[in-house]
This record gives sequence, C-alpha cells and structure tokens, in this order.
Amino acid sequence: MTSFLTSRRLRGGLTGVAVAAMVLTTAACGGTTRGEDEGSDSGADASASANPDAEIPADLAVAFLPKQVNNPYFDIAAQGAETAVGEYEGELNVTGPSEASASSQVSYINTLTQQGADVILTSANDPNAICSALDQARAADAKVVTFDSDTDPECRDLFISQATSEGIGQTQVDLMAEQIGGSGQVAILSATANATNQNAWIQLMEEYAASEYPDMEIVATVYGDDEDEKSFQETQGLLQTYPELKGIISPTTVGIAAAARYLSGSEYKGKVALTGLGTPNQMREFVKDGTVTAFALWNPEELGYLAAYAGAALAAGQITGEEGETFEAGELGEYTIEADGTVVLGEPTEFNADNIDDFDF
Amino acid sequence: MAVESAHPSAPAPATPAGQAPAQRPAPSSRLRLLGTGDGVITLVLVAFLLVAALSIDGFASTRNTGFLLLDVVVIILIALPLTLVIITGEIDLSVASTVGLTSAVMGQLWFSGLPLELIIPLCLLLGGVLGALNGFLVTRLGLPSLAVTIGTLALYRGLAFVVLGDRAVADFPRSWTTWALSSVGSTGIPVVVVPLLVLVVITGVVLHATPIGRSLYAMGNSEDAARFSGIGVARTKFWLFVVTGAVAALGGIYWTLRYGSARADNAQGLELQVIAAILLGGVSIFGGSGGLVGVIAGALLLGSLRNALQLVNVPADVLNIVTGVLLIIAVVTPQVAAAVRGRRRPRAHAATP
Repeated sequence: MTSFLTSRRLRGGLTGVAVAAMVLTTAACGGTTRGEDEGSDSGADASASANPDAEIPADLAVAFLPKQVNNPYFDIAAQGAETAVGEYEGELNVTGPSEASASSQVSYINTLTQQGADVILTSANDPNAICSALDQARAADAKVVTFDSDTDPECRDLFISQATSEGIGQTQVDLMAEQIGGSGQVAILSATANATNQNAWIQLMEEYAASEYPDMEIVATVYGDDEDEKSFQETQGLLQTYPELKGIISPTTVGIAAAARYLSGSEYKGKVALTGLGTPNQMREFVKDGTVTAFALWNPEELGYLAAYAGAALAAGQITGEEGETFEAGELGEYTIEADGTVVLGEPTEFNADNIDDFDF
Repeated sequence: MAVESAHPSAPAPATPAGQAPAQRPAPSSRLRLLGTGDGVITLVLVAFLLVAALSIDGFASTRNTGFLLLDVVVIILIALPLTLVIITGEIDLSVASTVGLTSAVMGQLWFSGLPLELIIPLCLLLGGVLGALNGFLVTRLGLPSLAVTIGTLALYRGLAFVVLGDRAVADFPRSWTTWALSSVGSTGIPVVVVPLLVLVVITGVVLHATPIGRSLYAMGNSEDAARFSGIGVARTKFWLFVVTGAVAALGGIYWTLRYGSARADNAQGLELQVIAAILLGGVSIFGGSGGLVGVIAGALLLGSLRNALQLVNVPADVLNIVTGVLLIIAVVTPQVAAAVRGRRRPRAHAATP
C-alpha cells in the first residue's frame, strides 16, 4: 500500500511550504487592497443635451429583462411595458433567466447587446454582477433603465422606483402595527438575499419600527428566494422557531402568497398577522377567508408602462437622465427626474376587503 | 489537431485468437478516428457552427464570439481535470461548491483588507485542500466517489454561506475585473482563453501522450488489473482530486473577477453543466474511454447552442430541454453504435477462410 508519507512526498511538501512562504512575504510587502481608489472612469458624459421635443423613433427594439421569468409580478409589469411599446410603435422582447440568480442575467444582457437592443428595461438580482454587461450594452448604444430593483447608478441611465423606499417600508410597518396592536414579535420573509430593493426596504423598516414602535421587535429575516416552495418552508420554519411570533411582513409577492397559503391551512390562521406586498388577484382568497387583513402594492403594470416610456424618452434624446428633466409617459402624464437618476411612480396603495375586488392584476 | 488521440475507441468486441488484428492499415486510421466519439462530436460542432453562422443574424461576429467564449471558459477549465477523474472511473460533483466556497472566501478576505496578490494563492491552496478531502475519503477510506462528492457538494456550499452569509462583496478593483473581460486586441477572443489553451494542451499531452495518462485509462477499465500491474491507483486518484479542487478554485477566482461579485451562491449548478459537456464529448461515465478533444468540442457545442438559441429568443426552459435531449443522445449513441457494430462484425468475418 502506498504511503503518502514517503520521503518524496515529504520533500514535495516542504518545497510547497517554502514556496508558500516566499509568496506570502512578497505579497505582504505590497499589493492591491480594498479601499485603494482606482479612480473610476467618469460616467458617460452627457455630451448630447436633452431635446424635449424630439420624437420617439418608430421600431425601437425594447427588451424587458426581469429578475426571472414565470414570476406573476413581472408578467404584469411586462404587460404594462407591452402597452407602452405598442403606443409608440416599438417592438418588445421579454426575456430572462428561469432562476433569479445574479450571474444568469449577464448572459441574457450579452445576447441583447448582440441583438442590438435600443432600450433595455431590467430589474437586477444583484446590484453589481450585471454592471459590466450593462456597460457593454450602453457602449453599443443601448439605453438602460432599471425598475423595481436598481443596480449601481453608474451602470444605468435611469431607475424607475415604484414608490419611495421610505414610503414602502413605512406602509408595511404601519399595516403590521395596526394589526398586532403595535407590540410583539415580528419576522420578515424576504426574496433573495442580495436584491437591492429588498435590502433597502428591510433596513428602512427596521429603522422606522425602532423609532415609531419600540415595542414591536423584528426578530428574524428569512429568505424565500422568490421561490414558492422555499418561501412556504421558511414560513413554517419561522413559526416553529418563534412560537410567540405575532406577525410576518413579506415585501415580495411570491413570499406573501406562499406565507398566506401556509397560514390559511394551519392552526395559526387569524392568530398570526400577515402583511407585505402582494398582488390583489393572488391575495383575494386569503383576504376573503380572513388570513390577511390588509397589504399594499403599487400597480406593476404602471411600473412597466412608465419604464418603457422612460426608455423611449432616453432613446429619442428627450432626456439624458439629469436631475430636473421631465418627460411625458403616455397616459400617466409628466414625470420629473429626481436625484441620482431616479423617477418615482407614486405612493403605495393599500388593499383590504373593501377595495380588493376593484382590481384585476 | 495538435494532439493525436491514440486512445482506445469505443468498446469493440475482442478479436478471436489467430485472426488478423481488427485495425485497418495506417492510411485509413485517420478516417477511422472520425468514427469515434471525439470525431463525431467535433463534426457536429463544426456543422452546427456553420449552420448557425449562416442562418442566425449576429452569431458570427467578434463580439459574439467573445461572449460565447466567456460563458464557456470556466466550464472548460473545470472540465479538464474532471475528465481525468471520470476516465479513472470516479466522479467529483463538488466542483461547483468549491467554486462557490472559493468565491466566498475570496470575498471575505478581500473585505477584511488582504491584498489580492495574497488572496489568490491562498484560495488556490484552499481548493487543493478541499480536493484533498475528497481524495482522502475516496482513496484512503475507500468510499464511493459519487457519495463522497455529493456530501462535499453540500458541505462546501454550506461553508460558503457560513463564510459570507447572504452578502455579496463587489468592490473588487476595476483593473482586475476589466482584465477578466478584456479581449486580445480586436479579435474579440477573451484574454483568458490564452492561459486556458495552455492548460488544455498540457492536459491533453498528459492524458494522451504520457504513461500517467495511459494509467488513467487502465484504472478506469479495471482498477484491480491496474493495481496489480504496478500502477499507484490510490495515489494517482488522490492527486487527481487535489488538482480538481485547485483548478475549481482557480475557476472560482476567475468567476468572481468576471462578474465582479463574490457570493456564496456563485456557480450553483455548474457541476451539471461541466459533466454534461464531458459526457457529450464521448467520455464514458463508467471510465476507461474518452478523449479531451471530444470534451472541448462538447463544451463548445453546449455553449454555442445556448448562445445561438438565445439570439433567436428561445426561452430559458426550452434551452434546458434541448440540453437534456442532447445529453441523452450523447450517452445512448455509443451504446447503440457498439451494439450495431457487434452485430455486423460476425457477418464480415464469416467470409474470411
């Protein structure tokens, strides 16, 4: 039987250690560390000035790249984009990965660059992973508009925010506080751990809850990855780990639907409050059977519609993404660009038993 | 082709004693190579590339070639040592988790302020250690590699989440991340293809033109016979796993720089893509046969197929179906071909006096 401790092995090992020591000393003497400012190259200069009267060119190739396909929320947003693109006679291409992972969007963006897309509308799984691919797309004259979940502001032209992050965070915390009487243990069921929008809202929720409702304690944040089954299991886990839990906030439509399904079939129905961001169609049965009292959202169709118009306005040269510029978004009216290239859609809407039948999305 | 594959072709029935050897005379032996697994897949690849270049708008361009190659680089990189492992009759399913763990460690070390020049050798060392664990469990304790590496697949991925949690570290220096994506001059071919080609040539030479390479085939065909003829089976397999781990770590480092983001869930599912490429390339999953040329062709075929279908807006789910069907065809065809050849051979030899 060959032994690994033959003298040849030992000599090999010692050589290895010696080499390692040399490498370590040379590397320790200097090297690229974090925090060294590399002087990031200045963003694309706005050499072209905005021309507010420019016409939107016909046959614009618009691409819609959500976090993942087969997600009802993004399907609705895509419908909105389709309406808008139809209005200005462009062509819409809905594409995307089947799982919401950071790197899978990159290959789709590369394909869009190759296909020569004029406008790319995307919701990012990770704020940085798709940056270089987006920069390449912009170098190929595509306009990049992020919506729902932003990337690093340097690699996109505009960000369409569904509501202010503060508005979204505060509405959900207020709804929860109303339902549990302002005190008790609460948990958050989020989507994927790196989604920009989720993390921004969660942070604001924690800060707002700490200041406004000091007796309400956020005990855990779990991640359902926007997958129905995983969200279901995470809800189960939460209720087992925290028997005193009084409420769950789920700021994702997939998460709240899965959590509602679990609660309505369990002993916790009616005892554990559930709120968050959900679509009326998915939540209707749970509102009617009492599992959920109230939840919030904005209209994702309007979000997609606005994003498509913003992209067209950029492609036409009506705006360049600077603060203060305005553009027309079809039936939604005029919108103004705020700081950091952000356009806000509006305020979140609260849905409850009284108004849930008025909506169909 | 730079490396002539002198490896045994798909399983052929033994020639009865006293008969002329089954090999045809030299001039047609090159033509015979085309009938092997390697040859077929290379032909299919070339045919597909031609068809795609002619019929799909935008496929045949320097930029698209760059995109295609970038997508395929890590798969080919990890397929190199994994091919050797599979030829010996073992398997290593934990490669993608090694990539993920390396990425997470790289991110955490970078976040803690260590210089990149130090992080990279440390990560390679980590990969080697992870591979050594696999090797130890398989060779020393004699456990089946399938079971061991399924376990380490979960273990390493879990460790990645322990190290980095749910965060992503994304502030790697621009010069490094841009280099990872840059091309050679204006050809569109990514710069990283050059070192990759060097590794491919080295692996090809080792596999097809050295005694070590031959011993791998021997081990895959019959481990006992190999051991009794003096080949250090356990030692070779151990070091193969170590090398696989180290190369997977290299893949992890490149992945992190390429996407500019170190995450614990990086490269999840990559092991299946690598194994698909290897099997498509004609390497038998049971070990003992297959060549590197086929594996490279298989990886390129899968990559170009994906690239081409995405260009014509085929949805993600259909891509998965196509890949699955292709894989089944790749695995079933050699069996069918061997059966057909087996039935034809007795008739051919019946004419011999």
